[in-house]
Amino acid sequence: MSRIKPEEVREIAVLARLALGQDEVARMTQDLDAILGYVNALRELDTAAAEPMTHAVPFDCPLRADVVAPSLAVDDALANAPRREASFFQVPRITPKSDGSGTGGVIGEEA
Amino acid sequence: MSVMTTEKLPAGLAKYEVVIGLEVHAQLSTKSKIFSWSSAAFGAEPNASTDPVCLGMPGTLPVLNQEAVQAAVRLGLAVGSHIRPRCRFARKHYFYPDLPKGFQISQFDEPICEGGTVRFRVRGEPRAVRLVRIHMEEDAGKNVHATDGVSFVDYNRAGVPLCEIVSEPDVRSAEDAAEYVRALRTLVRYLGICDGNMEEGSMRCDANVSLRLRGETKFGTKTEMKNMNSFKNVRDAIEHEVRRQAALLDRGERVIQESRLWDATRGLSVAMRSKEQAHDYRYFPEPDLPPLALSEDYVAKAKASLPELPEDRYERYTGPSGLTPQDAGVLVAERDIADYFDATVKAGAAPKKAANWVINEVLARVDDARRLAEASLPVPAAALAELIALVEAGTLSGKLGKDVFLRMWNERRRAGDIVAAEGLAQVSDSGSIEEVCRKVIAASPGELERYRAGEKKLLGFFVGAVMKETGGKANPKGANEILRRLLDQGE
Amino acid sequence: MKAEVKSFDARGATIGSIADAVRARKIKAREVTEAFLDRVEKVGPALGAYLLVTAASARKRADEIDQALAAGQTVGPLAGVPLALKDIFVTKGIETTCASKILRGFVPPFESTPSERLAAAGSVMLGKLNMDEFAMGSSTENSSRGLVRNPWSLAHVPGGSSGGSAAAVAASLCAGSLGTDTGGSIRQPASLCGIVGMKPTYGRVSRYGVIAFASSLDHPGPFGRTVDDVAALLEVIAGQDPRDATSVPAPVGRYRDAARAGREGLAGLRIGVPAEYFGAGMDPEVEAGVRAGIDELARAGATVVPLSLPHTKYAIATYYLVCTAEAASNLARYDGVKYGYRTPEARSLEELYTRTRGEGFGLEPKRRIMLGTYVLRSGYYDAYYGQALKARRKVADDFAAAFAKCDAIVTPTSPIPAFKFGEKTADPLQMYLADVMTVAANLAGVPALSQCCGFTKAGLPIGLQVIGPPLGEEMVLRVAGAYESRTKWHELLPPDHTTAPLPGTATAQALGGAA
Repeated sequence: MSRIKPEEVREIAVLARLALGQDEVARMTQDLDAILGYVNALRELDTAAAEPMTHAVPFDCPLRADVVAPSLAVDDALANAPRREASFFQVPRITPKSDGSGTGGVIGEEA
Repeated sequence: MSVMTTEKLPAGLAKYEVVIGLEVHAQLSTKSKIFSWSSAAFGAEPNASTDPVCLGMPGTLPVLNQEAVQAAVRLGLAVGSHIRPRCRFARKHYFYPDLPKGFQISQFDEPICEGGTVRFRVRGEPRAVRLVRIHMEEDAGKNVHATDGVSFVDYNRAGVPLCEIVSEPDVRSAEDAAEYVRALRTLVRYLGICDGNMEEGSMRCDANVSLRLRGETKFGTKTEMKNMNSFKNVRDAIEHEVRRQAALLDRGERVIQESRLWDATRGLSVAMRSKEQAHDYRYFPEPDLPPLALSEDYVAKAKASLPELPEDRYERYTGPSGLTPQDAGVLVAERDIADYFDATVKAGAAPKKAANWVINEVLARVDDARRLAEASLPVPAAALAELIALVEAGTLSGKLGKDVFLRMWNERRRAGDIVAAEGLAQVSDSGSIEEVCRKVIAASPGELERYRAGEKKLLGFFVGAVMKETGGKANPKGANEILRRLLDQGE
Repeated sequence: MKAEVKSFDARGATIGSIADAVRARKIKAREVTEAFLDRVEKVGPALGAYLLVTAASARKRADEIDQALAAGQTVGPLAGVPLALKDIFVTKGIETTCASKILRGFVPPFESTPSERLAAAGSVMLGKLNMDEFAMGSSTENSSRGLVRNPWSLAHVPGGSSGGSAAAVAASLCAGSLGTDTGGSIRQPASLCGIVGMKPTYGRVSRYGVIAFASSLDHPGPFGRTVDDVAALLEVIAGQDPRDATSVPAPVGRYRDAARAGREGLAGLRIGVPAEYFGAGMDPEVEAGVRAGIDELARAGATVVPLSLPHTKYAIATYYLVCTAEAASNLARYDGVKYGYRTPEARSLEELYTRTRGEGFGLEPKRRIMLGTYVLRSGYYDAYYGQALKARRKVADDFAAAFAKCDAIVTPTSPIPAFKFGEKTADPLQMYLADVMTVAANLAGVPALSQCCGFTKAGLPIGLQVIGPPLGEEMVLRVAGAYESRTKWHELLPPDHTTAPLPGTATAQALGGAA
């Protein structure tokens, strides 16, 4: 009984931005299938009366005052940058696709 | 809910109803970022306003800025939203270079404000657009595109607080859409939470636009319009989109659900990506921030802190204060103008007079309304009220009043001081005016004879002579009456 | 004749004894540090516990402590005590990698709160310790930087994910260390290495600067040779932090006093023993050792109360749904843009992401990212993650109900002693099931500690777990202190292995892809 197929594994790899080779996809399908099989046992548990537990703390969100603390010096902020140019982090060109095509393409947002 | 539009669509489009919903992001003007302590101020050198948290470094955690919460609550109260006693933050996942953590901390299931209504006017006609929600979230950094295969990322803006204001699809024309956004801008400036600058990006707007045949209740396929960075662009982009969709539908084609970028230079929009491959943002509750609880007391205090809002002032000005809609509109456009006007009235000036002076004399001399709230303003509201009182009392003629105003503005002096120092008080006592009138009549026997012969318009000549003789200080009305009596009755 | 202090033997030295001796100026901090560094150099290589040894800065720090003492200044409670940190704690100016290729070369510009507090208390930091990559694992076989060996037997794993932290303390390569516990990653290695390890209440110790695996389950905590040592470390690192919105505001307890109070016995206390933690799959020697430990607690005066934690059987499934979802999210930031590894050939932004992450992450992080991404997909959320959050509530409620009937719960820490390298790496599920006795306390956020309660015939340590109610650190330490005061397991030391390391079984390398 397969709970997950290679096709879906590839879709998830795209969502998670993980390049997986053929053997990796096969291995991952097998592993995830086994794990999902195991965790499926949870579905039999009757949780109708339970409140979801998102946090292990019983208190509410603390608030902080709107005060400014010194920023990192530009060089410190960029010291770990794998590619740097002047005061910027450098990445390969971002092109929002103008023809709407490409399922595997970077689906970005212009804020 | 008013869905009337006074906008005239071209005949071919009249069979369609335009349905528009808007998402407006207001960048809050807090000092520090929403989840970390680095400065949120605009304009720093690239990557000079960052810290490990907003860079998304490993091991960092968000801590919520109370001022951002305060701003969101006040905004919600100003539009009559329900403020949730408990709300939650959520992670919204997508990969993009300007999003350092690979997710944005936003709100999903339980936003801070639900519902609400934005009231505004379009050419005097009232409008009400319902809101779905207002929520808090963090801004992303900025991508700068180079030409040679690389892009650059600046994280200064990453972590700046945003309020996202989501409307119901209640807007029915491009013009209304632009006015709605303008109304939000006015509101956030009134509240002092955002400067509403679309060109600089502190206020951003996306519009969901669809058409349907009039009478149809189902919604048509919508497109998302983006990159409209001014009121004009909002209007132009939506108008263009309405025509584009109508043309498609007229030809029997389908509208594709997609995002489109407005290109103002070329006057057209370009498809960004298909919404069919819509993001799966994989929302889940933000584990690093417990739920936010807001007490009734907190909300009540926030409510009490609200200033009188633009639409309420508009109603007061056009109602009890008797101002014209046009004048009222000018005065409420910025809180600083309305506050200045109110202060002038409070200091004793009649609303109509105050409106006149504020609009024609004061506003003409400032290029930014914020000047009106500054201590360096040469003519504070009380001073203006004093001047107005002098004119109303007849101490100064209207024309002289304007001259005095100019001197008050340039020399930073009170009207009373100028008048006293230079003896500018309008001469009103009839005795001295009569003396001058007799003198003037005596000096112009020719004109006197012609007047008595029937050239009644020569009265103006005599009035002018009296004004000249008194250096402009005679009360014109008084001079007029006395001259008439002397000229008509003879001696 | 030398009028000198006698030379210091680091092997088996406790934090308490070192701190006392240094403060009393019976010994110099520098000498203590040198003794430990000497062991790191001689005994360390066979074990693979250290990723980075910061000898120069350690010596400098020790000298500073000595100078301060000589000048009569006050020094902190841990002055001169050599400690080391799991490489998950961000250290300013010192490489921090989480044993992952994707963070190789990352030099943070800031310090974690727990390590900052240890430094402020006067301790000397000897270096960063090996671990399972991104804290994902129960044997430290998932490190991208080589294996860590159990000091009690080089063919056996030390446990994980804080394998380096546990092995280093067990072999006296440092006097104490910090680790993190998300599903048992402090307690299980402590159990397998025969030392004390504690997972405090969630939020008791700040997570600021602790590289996140699963945010609502991660607990930073101490390792030590004795309960008193662990209590001493906890006193220093616990306490609210304005930089962590989930850190608990409650005042820090007097943990050393609580541990010491255990010596007076446990009269009047009720020890709960849950049926679900004993049974099929348990190693019989482990069971015997733990039951003997419970008997010892009864002899100390406690009443043993049988009880049930009925949702125990769902704990692993719940854990692996919640932690993978949070992990997939927390690991989304590793993209080659801002820090860490970046794929050398990226022809597009998309390739930058997929190749950097494909090459930079080992197999286990990839597996968990995939599972976490799957369960958060729209359409699957309610059935998996949503369901897991509700099941989590039930697990937490089990503990709440139990603590109405008892003051502390005692169980085995691990159903088995240390296993051999490669034994559980073929089937990920097998490895996950090793956490069966520890994960529930992470889901509920309750404090729990592991201490040595015996050895198998093969000479491998057996661990006893003490679990307390929320913010019940004092109770846990008291029970643990009582047990320790009546036994001598904590005095036993593993042999020193000074031979060169055996050729690795290479399982970690093979599974991790590009090492």
